Formats: sequence, C-alpha cells, structure tokens
Amino acid sequence: MGKFAPWVGYLIALLGLPQLFDSVLAITIFNQMAIAIVFALSYNMLLGQGGMLSFGHAVYFGLGGFMAVHALIMIEFETVYFSITLIPLVGGLIGLIAAIFVGSFSTHKAGTVFAMISLGIGELVAASSLIFVSFFGGEAGVSADRTFGPPFFGIEFFQDVEIYYLSAGWVFASTVFMYLFTQTPAGRMANAVRENPERAEFIGYSARRVRFISFCSSGFFAGVAGGLFALNYEFITEENLNAVTSGRVLLMAYIGGLGYFIGPIIGAVVLTLMNSLLSNYTELWMLYLGIMFVLTVLFLPRGFAGFIMMHQTAWLRGRLSSLVLPYLITGIPAIMFGGSILAAIEMLHHGGESFRFLFVTLDSGNALHWFALTSVGAASHFACRRSLGQLTSAWEEANQSEDTTERGPS
Amino acid sequence: MLEVFVFSTLNGLVTGLLLFMLASGLTLIFSMMGVLNFAHASFYMLGAYFAYSVSLKLGFWAGLFFAPLLVGTLGALVERYALRRVHAYGHVAELVFTFGLAFLIEEAVQFFWGADTKNYRSPDLLDFPLFVLFGQEFSAYRGFMITISVGIFLVLFYVLTRSRIGIIIQAAITHPHTVANLGHNVPLIFMAVFGVGTALAGVAGVIAGPVLTTFPGMAVVLGSIVFVIVVIGGLGSLGGAFVASLMIGLLQSYAIASNLGMPDLLNLLGLDFSRDHPLNDLWTLTLPQIAPVLPFLLLVLVLIFRPTGLAGKREE
Repeated sequence: MGKFAPWVGYLIALLGLPQLFDSVLAITIFNQMAIAIVFALSYNMLLGQGGMLSFGHAVYFGLGGFMAVHALIMIEFETVYFSITLIPLVGGLIGLIAAIFVGSFSTHKAGTVFAMISLGIGELVAASSLIFVSFFGGEAGVSADRTFGPPFFGIEFFQDVEIYYLSAGWVFASTVFMYLFTQTPAGRMANAVRENPERAEFIGYSARRVRFISFCSSGFFAGVAGGLFALNYEFITEENLNAVTSGRVLLMAYIGGLGYFIGPIIGAVVLTLMNSLLSNYTELWMLYLGIMFVLTVLFLPRGFAGFIMMHQTAWLRGRLSSLVLPYLITGIPAIMFGGSILAAIEMLHHGGESFRFLFVTLDSGNALHWFALTSVGAASHFACRRSLGQLTSAWEEANQSEDTTERGPS
Repeated sequence: MLEVFVFSTLNGLVTGLLLFMLASGLTLIFSMMGVLNFAHASFYMLGAYFAYSVSLKLGFWAGLFFAPLLVGTLGALVERYALRRVHAYGHVAELVFTFGLAFLIEEAVQFFWGADTKNYRSPDLLDFPLFVLFGQEFSAYRGFMITISVGIFLVLFYVLTRSRIGIIIQAAITHPHTVANLGHNVPLIFMAVFGVGTALAGVAGVIAGPVLTTFPGMAVVLGSIVFVIVVIGGLGSLGGAFVASLMIGLLQSYAIASNLGMPDLLNLLGLDFSRDHPLNDLWTLTLPQIAPVLPFLLLVLVLIFRPTGLAGKREE
C-alpha cells in the first residue's frame, strides 16, 4: 500500500491546490505548471533516462500544440465533432508522428551527433514555421476558441479553473504512464543503453531501436504538453517551437535533477514559480535564472532532486536531525551573502534611484548604503567560510556507516 | 549578373573568413576537451562589447588590442574555475554548462550594456572605398577584415604545425598522459588553448561588431551557424572547418543575392498551381527566403549521410 502513497499524495496535491489558492493569478500559474510538468517529464525520458541530449525538444511540443489549435478550429467550424477534453491526445499523436519521422534517422547515435541533429531540426522547423504562414500563422501565430466544442458533462470550459482540472487529469495520467514506462523492459533498456550501448548490444538489444522507442514516447508526451498549452491559452505562436522553448525545458529538467523521476516535476514547479512571481519584483529575473542555472550545474550536478536524495543515507540512519544545526549555521550567512550580492546587482541596475529590496529601501547614490552592503556581504562570507568545516564534518559523521559488526544490512 | 556574382562572392568570403575565426577556436577546443562550447559565440559577442567600450575612450585600434586579451583571460578563467570542475560530471554536464553560460552571458551583456544596439563603428582610417567595381564600392574595412582573418589563419596554421608549442598542443590532444609524463603541464596547456580559442572569437567580435551591428542577440545569430560549420567540417579538423566556413559563407551569400525560387522551377517543369492551393506557401518559396535555413539543412543531411563531416576521422 505504501507504494501508492506518493501517487495519492500527488493526486491530492494536483486537485487540492486550486482549493487552497483560488486567485486568478494562482490558477494561471497552476495551469502553466501543469503544462511544464508534462513537458519536462517528457524531456527527462529523453535525456535523463535515455541519455540523449536534445536541443530541439520544443519541435514536438510546438507541432503538437499547433495541430491542437487547428483541431480546436475544426471543432469550432464543425468539421469534426469530438470533445475538447481529447485535444491533448491530438497534440500527442502529432508529436508522436513527428518523432517517428525524425527519430528514424536521428537515433543512430546518442551523444554529440544526436544533439547536433536535434539542434539542426529545431532550427529548421522554427525557420519553416515563419515561411509556411497558412499553417503556422507567421509571427502572430494561430488562435482558436475552446468553448465551441460539445460540453463535457455540462462543463463548457469557459473558465481557467475548469481547464485546470482537465489539465490536472492529463498531467496525472501522463505522469503515471511515464512512470510505468520506466518500469517496462523498454524503459529499463533505455537506462542500459544510456550507460553502455555496447554492452546492451551484446546481450541482444539494438541500441538504436531502444533509443527510437524512448524518443517516440518522449515526442508523444511533449505533444500532449503542447495540446495542454493550446487548450489553456487558445493560441500558439512560432515562439513555442523555437530554440528558446527548447532551452527552457532543458533548464527545467536539469535544475530539477535529471537522474530522478521526480526531478523534472520539481524543476517545472520551481521555474514556473520563478517565472511568474520573480518577474513581478525585478526586471533582472532572467539574469538570476541564468546565474541559478550555472550555479546548479557547477555545484548540484544532480539538481534539486539530487540534493534532496543526498540525505537519504543520513535519513535511513536516523541522523538527519544532527544536520539541522550545522545547516542553519552555514545556511543563514550563505543566504545573507547571496542576498547582498543580489542587492548589489539591483543597486547597479537602479543607478541613482532608490528602490525597495526585501524590507529595506536602498539607494545606489548613497555611499553609506554601499558601505553597509559591503560589510554585510564580507561578514556573512567570512561566517560562511568559517562554519563550512563544521558542516563538512557533521555531514561525514551523519553518513558514516556503523563500523561495528553487531548489525548486518537489514 | 556578373556583378551580382562577384559581389556575393566577395561578401561570402568576408562572412566565411569571419566564421572561420570563430570555428577555428571552437574546433581546437573540441579536439582537446571533446566538448562543443555553446558559449563560444558569446565570447565573440563579449569581444565586440569590450571593444566598443574601449573604443569610446581610446579608439578602435586600442579596442582591437585589449578586447581579445580581456576575452581570452575571461575564457581561461572559465576553463580553470568552472569547466574543469564540471568535466568530472561528464560530457552532458559540460555541454549543458556551456549552454547555461551562453544564456548567462547574454543576460549579463544586457545588464551591463543595455538591450539596445550599440553605435560601434569602424575606424575613420578605413572609411574609404578600397576599389570600385561595376559602379559598386567595396569598403576598405571589408578588405581589412579579410586581411586579418587570413593573417590569423596563417599564423595559427604555422604555430600549430611548425612550432614546438604547436607540436606539444597536438600531442596533448591525442596523448595527454604521455605528454604529462614528459613533464609538460597539460591542464595549463588546456587552459591556454581555451584562452586563445576564446580570444580568437574575441578578435572576430571586435572586427565584426561594426559591420554586423553590436547588439545582445549577436551571439545567437552566429552561434548555431558556427556549430554547423564545425560539425560539417568534421569535428576537430581545422582544415575541414576552413572549407566549411567558406562554403557556408558563400552559400548564404549566393542564396540571398539570387532571386530564384519555386515559381521558376515550376515554370521550367511547366506546372502551375492556383493561388488558393493549401500549399501555396510552398509553391512560392524563394531562395533568399530559405537562405537562413540552408546551413541547418546541410547540417542534418551531413549528419545523416556522413556523421564524421567533410574531413573528420572515423569515430571509434
């Protein structure tokens, strides 16, 4: 029964969130999260589980989204007749078809060759989308209206919150299926091929075929995400299949943590929150995002999920509590140091005028403010460096295996 | 017709040589570290911006001298304190790191210099037509660009194949452990090559800034094209990169100058489609329209049919 506990929790979180936060802004953010989660998970299927680094994953998202919008238009003009709840499936099928086509020649090799082909295809499709105006709508994109379809048990999807519950359903189903995929022989072999394609071939699997299967499934779920996007926004533009979107999904999956199934979900949630909340407070949020990304790659190569999972050993040994105090002693100065750097960046940005930073008003024209900031920064940096040794030893102690022979492995 | 041909050839040559300056550094770095540096074009952009700032105070020529030095130093620092660290986490992490670095540099450039286009200009000294052909001027600055690029190519070629340092570098690429056992500091060599490679990109930025405009998107515009060149030329091959640079430069320049398109092809075949055909966009395609896409088309085709590129060695 414990096996299902995370899933029940996930479902409750998905359905319960709009009850807790029911503002318009919150619902908008939840909708964005829903799309991002499916998209990032599909990317992880490729990079995290299959070891294929793609710089053009937005192609499948975007193509699925475009076809989904066109399907909405067809429903509106009664060319076809089906419920709009199935629109993500349309997106998914288009993503799958595109992935079958591209995968047929791009999955020969992983590594650099695959990455470069994905980059080339991404640029090709993005450029073509501006040329073929009748399908992609040029720079303006194409738009539709989701409310013309047949009602779904009386729901006509006028409101965003109705779309959210529909999205939540799709997100849950997609997550379950993507998780189940990792448990199938195809999913396990994808891991094997990622680690050592040669050995996988020796035991009789075609590395290319294994990659192809991962690639196609990944394309399908990217398309589903595109379909959710189409349903939520009712329009889609060229921007949704170009390199910017491809880069963003890489960012999400990587920051979240590639090696873990839950990683991309964390990344999608964190980045969506940053995207929508941080941009209200500062114009520089893209710069902070870049800094965060580079720092994550440098210091947390396994992402946020990896950071959380690092504590597994200590937790299993019941020593997690011994880490709390050292964490606070190092963490508080570290946060203060980061904060003073941010404040300095903001002061440079606001050259000459005063502005609110957290709970103080800073003025970059005031030398006293610079002095105070530098002292806080230097002091916190010093405190942080001083306490780092304690943290390291506490960490080693917590992770130390019992050297007594009284207990064997349980 | 001839004048269009001659001028697109000249323009293609200028672009091609400029691209080679970026591609040469990128391909050197690749053969050493086995990782494609996504941020390479960002160093090119930094070159242009540094040179712009220096030129405001000290003039263009000081910019040409100082900016590549600054960029090279920055590149060496990135290698020493970041790339070397990420190297331990594997190739994907390295590639992702350079990708993030490119993103960060673009944002940082906007932070320090703003999002607008900078009025970075070529020096007055070179502000005259070099020669007039078919009534069209070819500016001295473009001639200067060609001279610098060819000069750098020759120096690079000489240093790498004829000098002692070049031989050590070449040996360090293929047999790092042996070279280290002979008493050379291999990590230092790697750092230096990374620095020189990024400095070369910086030079390209300094001389391209006035012609191709200095704005925060200039790295993105050129970045993926340089990738294409390095891959088409064959990863790690300097000669291949040279041929591919010229090829891409000329190809784009011809495609933009020509006014051929699908309508001409259809006329030739005696076909005709009505205006409201659903694929109308396809039947009215012209070469200038698809010029930006051609390198990527070439990339995908090369990778499918000859994954090692023009001059690449067989992969192990």
